[in-house]
Amino acid sequence: MIVGVACAAALIAYYIVSYLVIRPPAVAASGQAPRASITLQTVASIGFGPHPDWVSYLVRNAQGNWEHSTVLTVPAHSLVRVTIYQYDTATGLRNPYWGGPRGIVGLMGVNGKPVPTLDPSLASHTFAVPDLGVSVPLKGVASNAKNQCSVAPCTLKEAHNTITFTIRTGKAGTFRWQCFVPCAAGLILGFGGPMQSIGYMDGYLQVVA
Amino acid sequence: MHMRRIVGIWLLLSAIGVPLIVYVLGPHLPPGKMSTEAADQTNANTVMTAVIAPIVFLLVVYFAYALVVFRARGDALEDGAPIHGHTPTQTVWLVVTTATVLGLAAWGSYTLIVSAHGAGGGQGPNPIALPANYKSALQVQVIGQQWNWTYRFPGYGSVETAHLELPVDSDVEFHVTSLDVTHSFWAYQLGVKADAVPGVDNIAFVHPRKVGSFSIRCAELCGLWHGHMFQTGDVVSASSFKTWIAAQKQSEAENQRFLPPYAPQYFPEPTRRAG
Amino acid sequence: MDSAAELRLLAGRRFRGPIGFNLFTAIALGIGGFFLGAYLGGQIAAGKHYLIGTDQNDVGVFMGFLFATIGWFTGLGFFNYPISRVLGRPAALPHEEARGVGRYFRLSTDHKVIGIQYFFGVGAFFFIGGLNAMLIRTELLTPNEKAWPAGQYISLVGLHGTMMIMMTSAFILGPFGNYLVPLMIGARRMAFPRIEALTFWLTPLAGLVLMSAIAWNGFPTGWTGYAPLADQARSGMDAYIWAFLLIGISLCLNGLNLMTTILTQRAPGMTWARLPIFVWGVFSTSILMVLAAPVLMAALLMGMLDRSANTSFYIASGGGSPYLYENLFWFFGHPEVYILALPGFGIVLEILPVFARKPLWGYRLAVAGMFGVTLLSFFVWQHHLFVSGINGGLRPFYMLTTELISIPTGFIFLNAMGTIWRGKIRYTVPMLFALAFFFNFLIGGLSGVFLSDVPSDVTTHGSYFVMAHFHYTIMGGLVFAFFAATYYWLPKMTGVMFNERLAKIHFWTAFVFFNLTFFPLFAAGFLDMPRRVSTYAPSLQTLNDFVSASAFCLGASMLVFVVNLIYSLVFARVPAPQNPWHSRGLEWLVPTPVPVDNFDVVPEITGYPYDYGVEGAPPVARLQPAEA
Repeated sequence: MIVGVACAAALIAYYIVSYLVIRPPAVAASGQAPRASITLQTVASIGFGPHPDWVSYLVRNAQGNWEHSTVLTVPAHSLVRVTIYQYDTATGLRNPYWGGPRGIVGLMGVNGKPVPTLDPSLASHTFAVPDLGVSVPLKGVASNAKNQCSVAPCTLKEAHNTITFTIRTGKAGTFRWQCFVPCAAGLILGFGGPMQSIGYMDGYLQVVA
Repeated sequence: MHMRRIVGIWLLLSAIGVPLIVYVLGPHLPPGKMSTEAADQTNANTVMTAVIAPIVFLLVVYFAYALVVFRARGDALEDGAPIHGHTPTQTVWLVVTTATVLGLAAWGSYTLIVSAHGAGGGQGPNPIALPANYKSALQVQVIGQQWNWTYRFPGYGSVETAHLELPVDSDVEFHVTSLDVTHSFWAYQLGVKADAVPGVDNIAFVHPRKVGSFSIRCAELCGLWHGHMFQTGDVVSASSFKTWIAAQKQSEAENQRFLPPYAPQYFPEPTRRAG
Repeated sequence: MDSAAELRLLAGRRFRGPIGFNLFTAIALGIGGFFLGAYLGGQIAAGKHYLIGTDQNDVGVFMGFLFATIGWFTGLGFFNYPISRVLGRPAALPHEEARGVGRYFRLSTDHKVIGIQYFFGVGAFFFIGGLNAMLIRTELLTPNEKAWPAGQYISLVGLHGTMMIMMTSAFILGPFGNYLVPLMIGARRMAFPRIEALTFWLTPLAGLVLMSAIAWNGFPTGWTGYAPLADQARSGMDAYIWAFLLIGISLCLNGLNLMTTILTQRAPGMTWARLPIFVWGVFSTSILMVLAAPVLMAALLMGMLDRSANTSFYIASGGGSPYLYENLFWFFGHPEVYILALPGFGIVLEILPVFARKPLWGYRLAVAGMFGVTLLSFFVWQHHLFVSGINGGLRPFYMLTTELISIPTGFIFLNAMGTIWRGKIRYTVPMLFALAFFFNFLIGGLSGVFLSDVPSDVTTHGSYFVMAHFHYTIMGGLVFAFFAATYYWLPKMTGVMFNERLAKIHFWTAFVFFNLTFFPLFAAGFLDMPRRVSTYAPSLQTLNDFVSASAFCLGASMLVFVVNLIYSLVFARVPAPQNPWHSRGLEWLVPTPVPVDNFDVVPEITGYPYDYGVEGAPPVARLQPAEA
């Protein structure tokens, strides 16, 4: 009986702890301080894994493959060039304030053109690191666009917008980043599920010295 | 005899402890003196501690004394004195606790409504505890959302900012609301705490008295990044505030045209289908 | 055959072995029922517009839990008796055996078996909740998320809080209420033995359902389950709602059962003035449970509809109000914390006279105190909502009622002070825990005064100060009372004595590390640390590391208890005398182990339970009344 109790306790501990340690792998930016670059994409539905319907970010790793992760590693005291291929259609911001890009160096580029501010109703997602003051709206693909991407990872042949911007990192630390567009389909206020799950629309920006 | 000793020790402890609390500990109790409301809370915390300390002293001294003096000696099982109760003691206890409690409640209500003007707490859309010059107060709307705070200034063209600056020595009227779930706006050093509830205009007053920065946190669990809803605000001189808000108006001009008209609360789409 | 005997036959020899009506069948049928219900629910809800694009179907999950619940109770054999009655067959089951460990894993209607079942069932979940607390403190070793990511941390907080509240609601009333109340009032069983079994078996099911939330990454709301965050959450929230519903039913029925038992099953001569104080504590608590739990269930049912049927009870933009949930929840929630506290008052006041060798000082005052708390606790709930913006003008009223509640609570302290005065105090382990209860509850209760006064509550609301406050009252109060009761009554319940050296180690480490863990957290709250955060200001790291270290030691102290329990029950087995503490209580007059029927004949109560040292006081009861 004691063995049974011990086994049950071990199983429960294993059940809880194995759940606790799940986190996406960290993907490092390419380049060295003081300049680095990182490439992300957003897709309307990830298409695989436990939640194929969920909206998600993906990140390109050192081998050039798309990895399903939102834990990004960037060098400290650097300029980080961020490129985001945006494949999702627009949802619109709940708080239109975030339509203006903030905390970036210079202007953001949308498909190569500098854009000072975005009509909030055209936003599909945002890339925001509130602790660094960074918030960049990502323009959505027109809902009637041809050749929309259905399953991640999407390729450049499919309809997308390319958003580029540069952020300046300070001292080392781990910062959360998230999306401010209520883009979680089907969930109340658009903010459940992927919007509250690290690996989908939330992640950590690890600034390392 | 026993009772006299206990009362003596208790009086001695209280006579030392209470002045220490009021004069030494009290000024260091949170949240400080950055605003009138914060000072009121520091005051309340000091009074509470000073009232509670003698009660703690009395009970601890009593128990410690009784547990030592009336311990059983030896292994033989002996019975204590068969006292079933003592009506005068019970009456005195009842009267003293009731008086203390009623006094605290009356004093708390007085400070809340009259002297502390709501003590920096959220009072809902129809506040009853108003500062004298509330009509000329600076209106600041605090918008909580998952997971950040933004601020709108209806007196300045409803400009919205992601950073909070307040002028020193002026009444400020916070209108706290939320765009999604319940948050709680906690400006620690200012002594302001008001829940941000969707569809509700929760009003709290504050009167900053010192220049400096204060921390802003969310005090109501709001989801994944609840622990990260952290900002730093600043209390600045009146002229700096004017400069800052003018700069904000200018830099936000482009984005401003997309904002909805100022309203006490917003009802974003109750969307279940989005994206 | 009388009905009492018939009822006892319910869980008999017919269903022996691993195959049959027992816990293992119940788990198997519960799991099977879940998948069947989830499939059916999925079919019902399939194609509904609001489900498109999500991978969660809350209708399916709720149906799954419903079928799992039915499967669980079928597996335990709860439907055997009604079905055989419906079919016209008298339930002629063999007589229940008094021995064997197997009976604890089956449906039993013996209140003594149910008491033991509660003790180990609730205790197991208490330790899982404690494990969660250790994991929370691991995260808080660093000011930023390092050990676990933010989502998992919030789930841990929710699981810890909900598990602890659900389980500690039955922490004293479950094991000791069910076991002792019939013995203390001279009854041979509870008023509704099958309902009693139901209230127990709902509890582990609720715990298992709650733990299943991990399969959906837990739930983000903490134990309070505030909407609309709860509406937004993933299906782990369904597990929270269902588990809390089961506990609500269990609380309500347990209260009804205990109340009816105390009202109707008292032996001749057991006048109200002779009722042991613990029974008064149970009685006042049962009133709270019966009146408060249905409000919780209403709140949860509306949340369930919001989540599965697209209603908007709690969604402002759909015409509902988050305040509705907050009001309903705290209308239950505040009586709930007295559901936790009052049995503790009963326990410590029951134990003090035995080890002070004196009558309980101010018996009527104690009863008045308990009922005063019961009454007032329904009028204080908005002190949880002082800064929420509800009824700003009513805050002075709630300030007053909240502070008034310290008057009846003060009575309990006065009782304790009077009882130890000029006594012959013996420092046994139960007495140490009972005395520690008063120290902890003093700190916990008086820190509550900061929270009752609106100006100081604006500082402390929603901060670690609150967290320290209620841990002082629940952990320092209820859990210490639980351990006092455990060391005091387990000799009667199990027939073995504890190892006293281990028990003393347990007490001193628990008391010291409990205070070292939670007292600094008052300071953390004062220094701008909100509750339920995975991050905090780096300047608070030393404080938090100290707290975490103490918390790990507190956890280790609880392991000492487990070791003692296993060592004493399995290996040492020192037989307990019939009345090891020389108590006057009626429960100590019956032999150890307690016979199946408790009393051969209904005893006649002839004296007061606390007349220690009273010249010529008659014994508390005659077990063989003259006329029998």
